[in-house]
Amino acid sequence: MKKPSKLEAINLDAYYGDFHALKSINVAMEEKAVTAFIGPSGCGKSTFLRTFNRMNDYIDGFRIDGQILLDGRDIYANDVQVDELRKEVGMVFQKPNPFPKSIFENVVYGLRIQGIKDKKILQETCEKSLRQAAIWDEVKDKLDKSALALSGGQQQRLCIARALAIQPSVILMDEPASALDPISSAKIEELIYELKKDYTIVIVTHNMQQAGRVSDYTAFFYMGELVEYAKTKTMFTSPHDTRTQNYITGRFG
Amino acid sequence: MPHIDVELDRLRNKLLEMWDLVEYQLSSGREAVVNGDKELAQRIIKLDRKVNNFDIKIDRMCENFFALFNPVAVDLRTVLAILKINTNLERVGDTAEGIARFACKLNHPLDPELIELTKVLVMYDEALAMFTECRTAFKEDDPKQAKALIKRDKTLNKIYRKSDAVITKYIKAHPDRIAESLALLSIIKKLERVGDQVTNMAEEIIFYREAKVVKHRRKKKKKE
Ligand SMILES: Nc1ncnc2c1ncn2[C@@H]1O[C@H](COP(=O)(O)OP(=O)(O)OP(=O)(O)O)[C@@H](O)[C@H]1O
Ligand SMILES: [Mg+2]
Repeated sequence: MKKPSKLEAINLDAYYGDFHALKSINVAMEEKAVTAFIGPSGCGKSTFLRTFNRMNDYIDGFRIDGQILLDGRDIYANDVQVDELRKEVGMVFQKPNPFPKSIFENVVYGLRIQGIKDKKILQETCEKSLRQAAIWDEVKDKLDKSALALSGGQQQRLCIARALAIQPSVILMDEPASALDPISSAKIEELIYELKKDYTIVIVTHNMQQAGRVSDYTAFFYMGELVEYAKTKTMFTSPHDTRTQNYITGRFG
Repeated sequence: MPHIDVELDRLRNKLLEMWDLVEYQLSSGREAVVNGDKELAQRIIKLDRKVNNFDIKIDRMCENFFALFNPVAVDLRTVLAILKINTNLERVGDTAEGIARFACKLNHPLDPELIELTKVLVMYDEALAMFTECRTAFKEDDPKQAKALIKRDKTLNKIYRKSDAVITKYIKAHPDRIAESLALLSIIKKLERVGDQVTNMAEEIIFYREAKVVKHRRKKKKKE
């Protein structure tokens, strides 16, 4: 049985000024599944990913045509509160970006912003999120130490914990493991595998094997177009389009 | 040429070399049967070791290729097909060796009537032709030729199905030629196997070529 779509783009066009960055994208992403975005540098993966939590709104000259639906609701509709949207749709970036605060404060940052002061709730959420992000055992004895003292791989999992703490239903990840060594990278992949039981995950990656391992669906973008969108298994064994085949077999250009 | 293509070419060429060797075994088997050439038969039997070495070598090359290149899509299917064709070629080699062993048991000259009745040489030629065409289909990446040759297996099966009755009848009329008749029957059975093995290889060629649907589908409806 097919699960309902969590996220959907309908005839989506995106522009940076005159530059047409995304061209008529139509795609529906399944709930509690992992979708990977692949494609050459500059094809629009990050731009597309950022439309799901309206991170592009801050960029001068950026505009979209078309719709992005979250649970069937248009997130660009006038009555949508962007902060509320971001509680629902968390994001993890390529470079781990912990704040220069303690580990604990990093994790509960989003809750504090929401005005939550109850110590017990903060502590419980902190532990739960760190456990979910598979880093609890490594940091439980130094929650008051600076997050900046963690390794890159630990910082990235901390950022994932921070994203989980606000209890989103969607997590966007833009090359979350590209700056990490194979072991930390494997931990992130394991984590994604665990998280998809509860979350809808969209991940941008340049690592084909990683896309193959972690995702259920793969979308291949090329020059602002969605060229092919299919089950990952199909994409990596018998892709439809020559451009997809050339890209995933490393024979591009 | 990209590195991955250089490696794939090396693999393909190794397989084609093995294909040549097995083809030599199989066609020499026909000669050994027709001419009662026991020396040739012995040589065919000895070649089995060389074929086995190819088999091991190609297996190892594929394993390395998987480990180092993480192939996907058409590359993945090609190496999977090479692995399976390798296994089947090794078996055709075994079958050719078996034919050579029975060739040693034949007393010469063979009775032309028996050859005529069983159609063993017609069968042999058909099997050889299938085998050679399959090699060409692989070399030229030609699934059409692969499909065409699979159909030829019918001829082999037809001759094979009649062979029991034909030989039984012949033995009744020539009780002094039982050993020879049975050896020939065994050869017919081996040739039937060759037909099946070549069919398997042809199917692999179709698989690795055609799962690659390189239809350049452009689903574009650009919004103005
Ligand atoms: N802030 C911006 N202003 C203007 N153009 C931009 C901006 N951000 C991105 N672009 C352009 O939009 C296109 C898509 O960029 P995007 O960052 O989405 O690509 P990407 O697929 O994520 O690439 P990469 O794999 O390198 O991260 C590029 O041509 C880029 O130059
Ligand atoms: Mg990007």
